[in-house]
Amino acid sequence: MNGVLDSVAGLGRTVLDIIRTAGRVALFAAVALSHVIRPPFYWRILWGTLVEIGYFSLPVVALTALFSGGVIALQSYTGFAQYHAQNAIAGIVILAVTRELGPVLAGLMVAGRVGAAMSAEIGTMRVTDQIDALSTLSTNPMKYLVTPRLVAGTLALPFLVLVADILGVLGGFTVCVMKLDFSASAYIAATVASLKVMDVTVGLVKAAIFGFLIALMGCYHGYNSRGGAQGVGAATTAAVVAASILLLTFDYLLTDVFFSQ
Amino acid sequence: MTQQTPKIRIRGLKKAFGPKVVLDGVDLDVMGGTSFVVIGGSGTGKSVLLRCILGLMAPDSGSIEIDGVEMTTLSARQREPYMARIGMLFQNGALFDSLSVWENVTFGLMAAARNGHGPRLTRAQARERAGTLLEQVGMDPAVGGLSPSELSGGMQKRVGLARAIAARPEILFFDEPTTGLDPIMGAVIDGLIADCVRKLGSTAIAITHDMASAQRIGDQVGMLYEGRLIWQGAPSTLFNSGNPVVDQFTHGRREGPIKVDVPT
Repeated sequence: MNGVLDSVAGLGRTVLDIIRTAGRVALFAAVALSHVIRPPFYWRILWGTLVEIGYFSLPVVALTALFSGGVIALQSYTGFAQYHAQNAIAGIVILAVTRELGPVLAGLMVAGRVGAAMSAEIGTMRVTDQIDALSTLSTNPMKYLVTPRLVAGTLALPFLVLVADILGVLGGFTVCVMKLDFSASAYIAATVASLKVMDVTVGLVKAAIFGFLIALMGCYHGYNSRGGAQGVGAATTAAVVAASILLLTFDYLLTDVFFSQ
Repeated sequence: MTQQTPKIRIRGLKKAFGPKVVLDGVDLDVMGGTSFVVIGGSGTGKSVLLRCILGLMAPDSGSIEIDGVEMTTLSARQREPYMARIGMLFQNGALFDSLSVWENVTFGLMAAARNGHGPRLTRAQARERAGTLLEQVGMDPAVGGLSPSELSGGMQKRVGLARAIAARPEILFFDEPTTGLDPIMGAVIDGLIADCVRKLGSTAIAITHDMASAQRIGDQVGMLYEGRLIWQGAPSTLFNSGNPVVDQFTHGRREGPIKVDVPT
């Protein structure tokens, strides 16, 4: 009996911990966002972070999208050829890339690359008193460190996803034309016919939300890191794991909202 | 006879972390233009006291007044004008890795200008001002273009000091200013601190467990023990205070009223 009660109590504590953390994250985000419209604005940090996310993540996102588009084309061909439905492959590729693969893969790549870097940088600043130093130098650390990163994440990821969409489709096109002997013009025509503005737009909206979540997790875990190098390492891991889980959860929720009918 | 109002006045300051009481009713007066050094063992709450005064940590109860204004009830925004009058040298310098040395030195000046608490500076003017400040702490202005990671510990402390005094603050705080430095560099830093405080006419609070440093910097020294300021006096009386706790600490004796939890 005691064992059952202990299990229930443990479950209750876990649920309370999750609710408490969610509340803290929401409050953290609200405070950071409240600085978006209040000067001073740190344009140099915003620009630097935009470049860091939007430009320096391009190679990894581009390669991921290119090969994923190719894989979708190959896998679709394997299945669709049995039913002589190869003509649908171009539509499948563009649908999968614009709705799901572009935003999710770009998001996961950026979470691993940029979310971790944000958490490590801010975490190191926390454990070396640099964040306290900001406070003593007439600078609000949330406004200086967190707000520009949240804005940059929200703005930069849609750009990356747009690039990922184009390269994903190009990957599918390359595989279909070069390897599976599809007609290039027919493939392009099928792609254009299947292209829907709604799919691309929703993909970009997803990307903006994912970018915000990745930056939020990186900043939140870095800002609240404790205990030296080990604490920074733990915060970095937590930031990437939390961002990845949130990203996939929100992907489902957004897909349900926009495409369930 | 008129009684001078303390620049910093602390009454009944308490702070606990769970069951551990760190500050248990600290009372402290620091008169304008004087330097007060708080000594005490590791974990006795020296840094917590400093963080409470700076507003980096909220005390559980008690009063902290600066120029007669109660600080504990002010919001972060209301504290801004007061923070612009304060300079702080952190234990490890706490220089911003992502900025160059000169950007670090003038960071507070630029921030104060952005917030409307100081004159606007162009980057060229700021760099020139940084050069002057670096010279003031005995450094070549040419190091302004370097990154903090390219400097030695002593140089980082000096850059931190230049940053702390850049806005000519009325109040200066020093957190373990000589920790991690060799005795000669420690003496150099102490000399610079004493010199800066005197020239600026600032009020200073330093925390340290370096007795030589306490004597070089302080006009008054106080010892924090078990959450309270148990003794204060002139630096010259530090080694013959008449208080057994202070005497044990300053002479570094294992035996005495301070219990050390280390197996023999």
